[in-house]
Amino acid sequence: MSRGSSAVDERTEDLALDGERPGPDGLSARPSAPEGTVAPPGRITVIRPASRWPRLDVPELWHYRELLWTLVWRDVVVRYKQTFLGVAWAILVPAFTALVYIVVFGKFADFPDGGLPYPALVIGGVLPMQYFASSLTNSSMSLAANLQLVTKVYFPRALLPLSAVIVPMVDFVVGLPVLIVLMWVYGTWPGGSEALFAPLFMLIALIAALGVGFFLSALNVRYRDVRYMIPVFLQVLPLLSGVMYAIHDLPTKWQWVLALNPMSTVIAGLRWAVLDAVAPDLWQSVLGVGMAVLLFFAGLAIFRSSEPRFADTI
Amino acid sequence: MTIAVDVERLSKRYRIGELQAAYGTLRESVSHLASRVTGKQHRSGYEEIWALRDVTFKLEEGNALGVIGRNGAGKSTLLKVLTRITTPTGGRAEIRGRVGSLLEVGTGFHPELTGRENVYLNGAILGMKRSEIRRKLPEITEFAGVEQFMDTPVKRYSSGMHVRLAFSVAAHLEPEILLVDEVLAVGDAEFQKRCLGRMEDLGNTGRTVLFVSHNMQAIAQLCDRALLLDEGRIVRDGPSEEVVAHYLQTTAGAGSSRTWEDLGEAPGDDLARLRSVRIVRADGTTADYVDVREPVGVEIAFRVLRHGPPVVPKIKVIAGGRIAFNAMDIDTRWSEPSPPGNYVATAWIPGNLLNEGLITVDPAVVSIDSPKLHHHFSVHEAVSFHVQDPGEGDSSRGIFTGQWRGVVRPLLEWTRVAGEARDSDSN
Repeated sequence: MSRGSSAVDERTEDLALDGERPGPDGLSARPSAPEGTVAPPGRITVIRPASRWPRLDVPELWHYRELLWTLVWRDVVVRYKQTFLGVAWAILVPAFTALVYIVVFGKFADFPDGGLPYPALVIGGVLPMQYFASSLTNSSMSLAANLQLVTKVYFPRALLPLSAVIVPMVDFVVGLPVLIVLMWVYGTWPGGSEALFAPLFMLIALIAALGVGFFLSALNVRYRDVRYMIPVFLQVLPLLSGVMYAIHDLPTKWQWVLALNPMSTVIAGLRWAVLDAVAPDLWQSVLGVGMAVLLFFAGLAIFRSSEPRFADTI
Repeated sequence: MTIAVDVERLSKRYRIGELQAAYGTLRESVSHLASRVTGKQHRSGYEEIWALRDVTFKLEEGNALGVIGRNGAGKSTLLKVLTRITTPTGGRAEIRGRVGSLLEVGTGFHPELTGRENVYLNGAILGMKRSEIRRKLPEITEFAGVEQFMDTPVKRYSSGMHVRLAFSVAAHLEPEILLVDEVLAVGDAEFQKRCLGRMEDLGNTGRTVLFVSHNMQAIAQLCDRALLLDEGRIVRDGPSEEVVAHYLQTTAGAGSSRTWEDLGEAPGDDLARLRSVRIVRADGTTADYVDVREPVGVEIAFRVLRHGPPVVPKIKVIAGGRIAFNAMDIDTRWSEPSPPGNYVATAWIPGNLLNEGLITVDPAVVSIDSPKLHHHFSVHEAVSFHVQDPGEGDSSRGIFTGQWRGVVRPLLEWTRVAGEARDSDSN
């Protein structure tokens, strides 16, 4: 296996290792096997420069699933321990944001409400957007924030941005009562079985955030400007995602432009699934989902191809 | 015998530019990304070094292998590749069994979390299953001696408690293969000592150990076999005493003594030339190892070729890569021009001055032409020797046996005043 050194001159650092093959017996306990018997118990780790094509090593991620949950648990616990109001922030932040939007865009600017009570429309957009914003920020910072881990211990680095997009899901769930209260106040209950699609739209938000997070976290290892770029981007994003208006009220041409942004699909889809709003255009949704998947794989490819250098450059 | 670590033609290439500028400039990074995307290459600006080159060895289960070499020889890179912190550029390695490195002690400890929570977190990071941690938790807690603080946030721990708990988790990982880099080991001397102790324990229970160190004594003592790395390649592989001896002879010039047979080839100019230099004990024998408490001499034999200005012998002593001191013979014998002939000057470095470790010496003969110093010769790292503290309690480190920092280790005169405690003191 000398591909790394000969075939690929331009890529000094090729991707490594083939994960671990679990042995017949998970752990320790080495019986004194006589010479020439079969492989001893324990895992065999193979270390080598890997193929040119970055891929997500799913079996390896599965092997490390406990670490993933531990990292998620750590971030949730630490965040709520460090803040005075703790869990309440998961409700207060979207509630305040929604209030500002409702007053500014609903009362003064009189944005189109897409046939929904305006506060319900806004909170239906603010919650997923809040999720996306936190996910994006957390995952982009994840490698730099866990510098100590990256330079000292091996585990699939993808766990860091991955856990960073799972953590805000907890906030999202905690923030749901705000939505439910508004649904109750305005009587906008889900129309029926389409409510089952709601988790699917959140999954799309997760995939899109993870894709961008992969890309930006890898970039952030090299130069920390990313930290300043993200807030700017996140200030513009709600305007391009239909958080304070309904996309289907726009001219069709603009609907297609905005459909390139996966978050507009997520928000329109969630409003349809949960608030019984007008169903989003199928092909616009397909475009949005396609973009999310594209972002995911592009981000992953960049992440995986720069992964071998993380510990060397961070 | 089963092979626990099988390394085949392992290579690791670094780009110098990459090492120097951890943060690339924005412009550089963008063009870098662009070239990656378009598949174009303009990498001509990078200089490359091989930190590891075709390293091949097999380590049998239950054996202890030492890895030695100068700084930058690739020792730490080898460990980083084997612990998978960084990836190789070429070659392959197979590791059978769970790997622990003591490098990662306390890695991921979060100050806001309680002791118990940190044990779970740290354990998971080190690769333990949750059920396994749960099972070992009482043992870990007891070993660390922090039972009553397990529900206290770690930020309220003393640093000692912190380290004890961290070490306890790592020590209960029960790795089948232990990779230790003494050079990179964190923590204070006490802690490093514990690491070494733990390593010895593990070695005795049939663990496979790969040990990187500058401490030749430890390598010779703990390892059956050693590898000598130089510029990323294995230059010697054999019984540890033999490899250590070879290393000491070849490092930093020529070991503890060096002779130039041919005066024409010897360092020097038309006035003075070096004939030989060696490290000697008080009894005149050549010394590779020197007891920290004993005086050690640097014997410089040189020839003055013609009548000229006065010449003075001088030494520069380097410890741990830093200049410990320079010294010249200030005796008035050297203030008159020396007639042509052979001279032997020996500088005696008193006992209890140098610290432990590898010491290299640059012998020189100079003429003073203030404010300038004219060197007739000065041979960089001509000879070297090791200072060792046998730890008998009468050096400045006393009965303490851990690492004792500093370029020098003088034994000082201490005064002491003791008095009755007054009431105002005790409050």
